[in-house]
Amino acid sequence: MENRDHIDHTLNHLFRQESGKMVSVLIKIFGIENIELAEDVVQDALVKALETWKFRGMPDNPRAWLYRTAKNKAIDIIRHNKHSRVIDFSDPEKQLLTSGYTLATTMDNYWQEQHIKDDFLGMMYACCHPDISQENQITFILKALCGFSTKEVARSFLSNEDTISKRLYRTKEYFRKRKIRPVIPTSDEINPRTKTVLNAIYLMFNEGYNSTHADQLIRKDLISQAMFLCKSLLSEKRTQLPEVYALMGLMCFHASRINSRLTEEGRLILLSEQDRTTWDTELIQSGEQYLNKAAFGDELSTYHLEAAIAYQHCCAKKYADTNWEMILEYYELLLKIANDPIVFLNRCLVILELKGPKKALIALENMKSNRLLEKYYLYHAILGEIYQQLEDNSVAVTYYQKAIELTHSKQERQFLKDKIARISK
Amino acid sequence: MKEFMFIIRGGEDKYRNNSPEEMQKHMQHWQQWMGGLAKSEQLVGGQPLMSEAKTLTEGGKKVTDRPFAEGKELVGGYLIIRADSLDHAAKVAKDCPSFEYGCSVEVREISPME
Repeated sequence: MENRDHIDHTLNHLFRQESGKMVSVLIKIFGIENIELAEDVVQDALVKALETWKFRGMPDNPRAWLYRTAKNKAIDIIRHNKHSRVIDFSDPEKQLLTSGYTLATTMDNYWQEQHIKDDFLGMMYACCHPDISQENQITFILKALCGFSTKEVARSFLSNEDTISKRLYRTKEYFRKRKIRPVIPTSDEINPRTKTVLNAIYLMFNEGYNSTHADQLIRKDLISQAMFLCKSLLSEKRTQLPEVYALMGLMCFHASRINSRLTEEGRLILLSEQDRTTWDTELIQSGEQYLNKAAFGDELSTYHLEAAIAYQHCCAKKYADTNWEMILEYYELLLKIANDPIVFLNRCLVILELKGPKKALIALENMKSNRLLEKYYLYHAILGEIYQQLEDNSVAVTYYQKAIELTHSKQERQFLKDKIARISK
Repeated sequence: MKEFMFIIRGGEDKYRNNSPEEMQKHMQHWQQWMGGLAKSEQLVGGQPLMSEAKTLTEGGKKVTDRPFAEGKELVGGYLIIRADSLDHAAKVAKDCPSFEYGCSVEVREISPME
């Protein structure tokens, strides 16, 4: 039975890393209009691996095994569809798939490492086409590039399978109608297009990092898949941009602290109380390396600054050592680039830390009329904290209660309830 | 542009005794040659033929379980390409990888429908 678990585990991991690449190559072969066909071939390869490996054990090179199986299946499909109109063979390269003289060699050429990499990245850019909504971008990335089943995508969005299927369908229709070609953009387009891709990756990561809910497995998967996609961008010269390095660094810093954020019972632990010995030093070191590599070019992105802030937390031996002045400076810079209410709120927290509740309250009051903030639990939670520090407990409780109403996270609610209980004693 | 058929004969013996490496090299050669034809839009199509055959004679009454030719005359495959003239087509055929196997290539214009 242990063998079975081992196979399941290896295959699951392998599948998350490889299915997107296989789908991308197959889409190149069959055409973007045949995404389902590509997904079916990859699914078949997975099922075949499960069945075969169970009886004969794992092959020496499981990745090569999967690729070969998918490749053979693709050859079968081409033979079957040679005279149908399902696959468009008019492209000269694809025409060679229709002859016995050249089918096998042409097929092999499609599966060369460099081509696999290019197709995968090309597909990432296609998924993040600016005309596709962010929600749909991420949904499609998870399904087509990260090997998530529709059910898993639904769970990771706290949504239902029906909604996810509809989103996937819409994106596929868009690809078909617009004949979007999965290619890495040309050098004059690569910067703006990469921004959209990074945005999707970052949202995916946040989805995994911030909303804590019962299904930890999927959540950690979202984090590791976001980092995997970003790393893929860094593996190719054309997409080794400063922002990409910065985002990678940022994700490493955040991911390093992942295991110290919750108690075993699932309660939130504040940064000041986290056990810093549980932070992943290897990830922090990788993060530093990425951040160093991000320091070229002439653009300072939000990722650079957010990574710099996260780094300040990671390198402080204890909470009291935190360099809040430096962090405040980074927040000021961030606000200049992106006038984001969430950034503003976080800056208020730094002011609270550095200059006390009165100054923090003044800063917050400047934003009182912001509708978005009014609906955001953190805004009220911070006001609660400020009033608690000003020793106005009844006002503090009112704000905490308002915050509880606004968050869907069980952990955050519990955390705020605990605070109320403590000051009401 | 007219269409021409290349009829490729022979080569069976050598083909059977080939090592996998030689085979792969040969297939790469086909790949390059046909790839070039496809790119210049000269390739229409083509397939290797199976060596089993039945030959019908005597008004279709007699069926023989073999091709109607000597081994070295066996048609191993065909190719249809586009070219300006018979000479042009023959020039294209000069680079056919089947010569590595001692095959012969017969070039015939396909009679256009008028």
